[in-house]
Amino acid sequence: MPDPQVLSLAPAPAPTGAGVVASGPTGKRRRYSILTGQDRLVLVVIVGIPVFLDVGLIWGPTLASILFSFTNWQGYGGITAKNIVGLQNYTFLFTQYTLFWPALIHNLMWLAFFVFIASPIGIFFAVLLDREIRGSRFYQNIFYFPVVLSLAVVGIIWELQYAPDGFIDSALGLTKQTNAIDWLGNPSLNIWAVLVAASWRHVGYIMVLYLAGLKSVDPTLREAAAIDGASDVQTFFRVIFPVMAPINVVIVVVTVIESLRAFDLAYIINQGTNGLELLSILITNNSISEASLVGRGSAIAVILLVISLVPITLYLTRVMRSTGE
Amino acid sequence: MAIQDTSRPEAPSTTGRRNVSRRNILKGMAVVAGAAALPSILVACSSTPTTAPAGGGGGAVTGTVTVGSNHSDPGELKGMQAINAAFIAANPGAKVTMNTVDHGTFQNQISAYLQGTPEDDFTWFSGYRMRFFASKGLATPIDDVWAKVKSNFTTGFATSVTGDDGKVYGIPVDYYPWCVFYRKSVFAAKNYTVPTTWADFKTLLAKMQTDGLIPLAFGDKDGWPAMGTFDILNLRLNGYQFHVDLMTGKAKWTDPKVTTVFQKWAEITPFHDTTYAGLTWQKAADTLVQKKAGLYFLGLFLTSEFAATEDPADIADVDFFPWPLLGTQYDGEAALDAPIDIWMVTAKSATLQADLDTAKAYMEFWSKGSTQLIMFQNQPGLIPAASDTDTSTYSALQKKAAQIVGAAQKITQFLDRDSRPDFAGADGMQGFLQKFLAAPTTDTTALQAQIQAFWDALPPATV
Repeated sequence: MPDPQVLSLAPAPAPTGAGVVASGPTGKRRRYSILTGQDRLVLVVIVGIPVFLDVGLIWGPTLASILFSFTNWQGYGGITAKNIVGLQNYTFLFTQYTLFWPALIHNLMWLAFFVFIASPIGIFFAVLLDREIRGSRFYQNIFYFPVVLSLAVVGIIWELQYAPDGFIDSALGLTKQTNAIDWLGNPSLNIWAVLVAASWRHVGYIMVLYLAGLKSVDPTLREAAAIDGASDVQTFFRVIFPVMAPINVVIVVVTVIESLRAFDLAYIINQGTNGLELLSILITNNSISEASLVGRGSAIAVILLVISLVPITLYLTRVMRSTGE
Repeated sequence: MAIQDTSRPEAPSTTGRRNVSRRNILKGMAVVAGAAALPSILVACSSTPTTAPAGGGGGAVTGTVTVGSNHSDPGELKGMQAINAAFIAANPGAKVTMNTVDHGTFQNQISAYLQGTPEDDFTWFSGYRMRFFASKGLATPIDDVWAKVKSNFTTGFATSVTGDDGKVYGIPVDYYPWCVFYRKSVFAAKNYTVPTTWADFKTLLAKMQTDGLIPLAFGDKDGWPAMGTFDILNLRLNGYQFHVDLMTGKAKWTDPKVTTVFQKWAEITPFHDTTYAGLTWQKAADTLVQKKAGLYFLGLFLTSEFAATEDPADIADVDFFPWPLLGTQYDGEAALDAPIDIWMVTAKSATLQADLDTAKAYMEFWSKGSTQLIMFQNQPGLIPAASDTDTSTYSALQKKAAQIVGAAQKITQFLDRDSRPDFAGADGMQGFLQKFLAAPTTDTTALQAQIQAFWDALPPATV
């Protein structure tokens, strides 16, 4: 491999015209540039605007949240020294706030349910549909349909299913006052009911992503495996799955993101209370509701950020390593 | 002083300057406490020199007023539209622009709403919740309007719209008591009698259960309905003063008196609908409408579910009785929740300076019994607050409601109106009460400690 330093230095001494500042009698330092004025303008526009947006819309609010989390500011007037409370928001969350740990656990349950149940089902459907079974297109549309629906609509659909006089209880014959199952009201049951509703949508999403990946797998690989006498199961796990590595990473990332940002369904059902607490909902209920506890809401947001950093870091290191190779 | 001097960058600079100067005047006024002189000064510095006398002076106004309304239910929306039409009829040339927001959403977003670009006038609640936002400088005092209309309201209403600084911030427009509702036909068919004591009440509940009814309908999906039961039990077991002290943080939630409330409550929780936690109050009220439930403790607004069937026999069949006596020294107070709805003037509306006269004329219009009656005709659960209301159209039910409130020595608003908004919300008291209801018979000591810890961790109150 050629020395990269040599390569990068090579153009520098070459006279390039416009960019060269000749050393004058004043003894100014010589500056070389391969960029024309127009190049610079283009660079400023192309790099500057994204940087500006990135700083203004992502880094700015993030830093503001972190700073707010050390205050008890309620959104009225300015922040004064009296508002700074140090780590009080965090100690309250970890030691006394009765909704915090349930919310964190619900988020982790959401993640586990998606990773171990919903996503594998989606992958399984994709593999089945990839086999060109009859009516493949039809099933594909059926399973993808929930993804097209807004989560608000999904919430309403499942609310009707789960209502005490709704479809599920009626189908199970549980219509009496004594035996009706209160799917969404029972605080130890409702999180599971919501997870099923969320998966209903997630499965279709994963299925389509995976199906697109499967279609792009070189068919000769399958043929070769078949000729070598591999069974369908062996072919999938030994050949197809490893080849699909980039898609697998996308699936994992999508699943993690969907789990951490879970909000809509639980919020529609009961504003994320009574067993449906989630970190994202706690942020909302604390900071932008009538309560307006911006400081505490920000502290929860920071905790969610720290949790999100784990998968983000893993993903980025992987991406960077693979592009570095 | 909570009045903030934040100039609004998006507003035209002249408006911004006026805002600032007005606030400076307000600050000055707060120092000299010359409340009576305030209105004339406000007008003097507010807009063009050709301004008509303050608040229209009883004469017709021709300007525009924008109003933010939480009357999103169909009946109430119709009432609002009729009232706006009546206002325009009384003030030819005036214009009303209404922004209706869903009731719950309006409430959740109130602090952002009032700090952003709100309408000139808005619907809100009296009591602590009004004082809270008034003390943050987010409402405009309307003492000049009040001076003209105060003879139309009783002292109780006057107190409910007075801020911590002694200024008046709202016009009371309606109220609704919390009582125990039932259907007369069900009582007649099963030979039930109205219970007056706690023992009778529980006997009746048990009897209804054996008769296959849901004895006490209940729907707590939205979190706040449970507060009504807490309020009435606390008022009757521990008295008005303790309740108010508890709501404002002077008494502690760890107090054994609070434990007695939860214990008393646990005696009737087995009589609720088993699916109460997944039901809205409307769904729970429907069980009463459909004669599946025997009783329901709720505000008078419950009658709107009976009206919704559009069968006059249903609304004629509904009746109520006051909460049974608990045999304590506080029975005599006959205290109950009877929340008062009010109209207020915002402080940060971009158009308020130009609209001030019309905005105040609109408030004055709302203080009339004839106006409040229009809303009442569309939502029979909201009883007009003005004294000059023509009561001849009241049904027996509404007369009874007015009588119960009149007989009460002490009236509270509601847990979430009498206490800090950051305490009573979904992340606070609503959640704690849901937690209690999920296991009502367990020891509540830990729960009470959690409630108190939650209170203690709130930022210092400015009210």
